[in-house]
Amino acid sequence: MAYLELQELHRDFGTVKALNGIDIALGEGEFLSLLGPSGCGKTTALRLVAGFDRPDQGRIVVDGKDVTRVSPNRRDMGMVFQAYSLFPNMTARQNVEFGLKIRGRDKAERRKRVDDLLELVGLTHAADRYPHQLSGGMQQRVALARALAIEPRVLLLDEPLSALDAKVRVQLREEIRRIQLELGITTLYVTHDQEEALAISDHVAVMYGGVIEQMGTPAEMYTAPATPFVAEFIGTMNRLEAIVLDGVEGDVEHSGLRLRVDAARGRRNGERVLVLIRPESLELEAATNGAAPNSFTGEVLTQTFLGPVTRLKVSGSGTNLIADLSTARAAALPVGARVVAKIPSEGAKLISLPDDGPGLPVLDPDDQ
Amino acid sequence: MSLSAVVWLVLGAAYFVIPLVATFLFSLKSNQTGKCCTAANYGWVIHNGGFWHSVKISFLLALETIVISLLIFVPTIYWVHLKLPRLRPVIAFLALIPFVVPPIVMVVGLLQVFKSSPHWFYAQPWGFLSAAYVILAFPYMFFSLDAGFRAIDVHTLTEASQSLGARWTTTLVKVILPNIRSAALAASFLTLAIVMGEFTIANLSAFHTFPIFIQLVNETQGFPAAALTLLSFGITWAAMLALLVVGRKRGARSAVVAGAR
Ligand SMILES: Nc1ncnc2c1ncn2[C@@H]1O[C@H](COP(=O)(O)OP(=O)(O)OP(=O)(O)O)[C@@H](O)[C@H]1O
Ligand SMILES: [Mg+2]
Repeated sequence: MAYLELQELHRDFGTVKALNGIDIALGEGEFLSLLGPSGCGKTTALRLVAGFDRPDQGRIVVDGKDVTRVSPNRRDMGMVFQAYSLFPNMTARQNVEFGLKIRGRDKAERRKRVDDLLELVGLTHAADRYPHQLSGGMQQRVALARALAIEPRVLLLDEPLSALDAKVRVQLREEIRRIQLELGITTLYVTHDQEEALAISDHVAVMYGGVIEQMGTPAEMYTAPATPFVAEFIGTMNRLEAIVLDGVEGDVEHSGLRLRVDAARGRRNGERVLVLIRPESLELEAATNGAAPNSFTGEVLTQTFLGPVTRLKVSGSGTNLIADLSTARAAALPVGARVVAKIPSEGAKLISLPDDGPGLPVLDPDDQ
Repeated sequence: MSLSAVVWLVLGAAYFVIPLVATFLFSLKSNQTGKCCTAANYGWVIHNGGFWHSVKISFLLALETIVISLLIFVPTIYWVHLKLPRLRPVIAFLALIPFVVPPIVMVVGLLQVFKSSPHWFYAQPWGFLSAAYVILAFPYMFFSLDAGFRAIDVHTLTEASQSLGARWTTTLVKVILPNIRSAALAASFLTLAIVMGEFTIANLSAFHTFPIFIQLVNETQGFPAAALTLLSFGITWAAMLALLVVGRKRGARSAVVAGAR
């Protein structure tokens, strides 16, 4: 049975529908990431769970009890904020101790628990420092220890790593996950960083415009995006708008080219679809004479070195494609080279598009 | 340091020091003969019952005004920052009114308004006068505290405290107050200085505060008045120092922290 449930949550700010019917069910000890671009309602959802804000509609249930109207100081939710949430007048130790003092725990017990937690987050040596004497990463560790000190029923984190630099971010996210697994604490984690969400979650919920577009395991989200938005938001994806020509054979047409895609079998002829291909599953070769089946011919526009792989942008036949090649192979295809990009008929996914619906959602490149 | 800087510094220092020195020299002259040099004037002030009595009244009045003002304004400004940010400009405007309205107008108005109030309030400095001084201190309180609240992340700190189980009062006392301590201290200094030196309102409402005593001596005794002036100068500084010590004692470390930020 679900331990934390968000049922049909609505929240409007004036004319802005920050949340427009959110449903989440999370089992005890599970880790769910709320992922989405800026302004999609992630923080709003988290604040409703924490009790800092009330929904206009819907319920929040923890362990079978409706807590929608319970005030935040009685909810037993541990909250980690983006930054600047430590009490500046208290040392790391006193910050962690605060919630225990409020709960009237005796001194010996408090001391032991604070020591344990500071050790858990690796800050025993900095226990008596004030927040301004700690680095950003250390401050967030203290904030995590402070939230865990009260043995919260649910741990809530709102982009706890976004103010840190890349290396600390990766290190700390793994530590958060380790601690979460160790304590078996039910966790709701807000982020706009898809890599982060995929790396540490049991489940990922992608939000857009106040609704959840898709929820699933990180692998499901990556390999089988259900909507064009999710396809765009998670990882990098080549997206080809196409029309089904032959729903039996699986043939689609994209800007004059006939492509065979296994996933198109069983589709209605004339249906508008989006063909999705991961950059790593495109096969690129130097162009030879004669058109190969299921292929685009084009020219290498740019090469971006990403370490183990090199990302090539290929343009041709009115289409731009992105392909990831091993760096060694990419060396044979310099900028300006004529190449053939082969669409793997079995690796491509398909999403239906509304017949005359809106175009694709436009994303801020920063959110990628 | 360049030469011109030194010149300006000396000029500035002279502007402050010369009147003090002149007053000091004047205060050493004998009240009977007019000749230098005797400490008799200081003796006269120190052994004057009226002096101690009026200093006590003014100091207690200042403390009362500070306590009442902090009790009113700290929670109010906290709430405005947290829940009613749109009200902030309105309050900032209201806070300017005691600046704009001359004390003489204010006291006449206040005397009218409170004319029918109970005797214990109207006839006591602890009642009427402190009420007037709370109004007078309002702008100083507001602008100091407002700056203090703006320097901290009121929302995040409050929410962090609440999620850890704290009630509003606990949050205010344990989390917010220690972090606006220096602002509250600054506001208290200003209030103390105002109350210790306020003349118009005290005079018109006929209470014998310290400034009234100084004025009385000024009119009747030339040389002791100079001694008194210097003593009052010293007393005000001592009072501020005392406030500083008291204010820092409990939160010594946090004050240092706030200072280091
Ligand atoms: N207190 C508020 N008053 C008015 N509008 C609000 C308020 N809080 C949020 N909103 C609006 O609700 C929408 C969702 O905001 P929210 O903060 O939940 O987004 P988010 O997903 O957390 O974005 P970000 O990644 O930028 O933090 C936004 O359009 C925002 O402008
Ligand atoms: Mg947010």
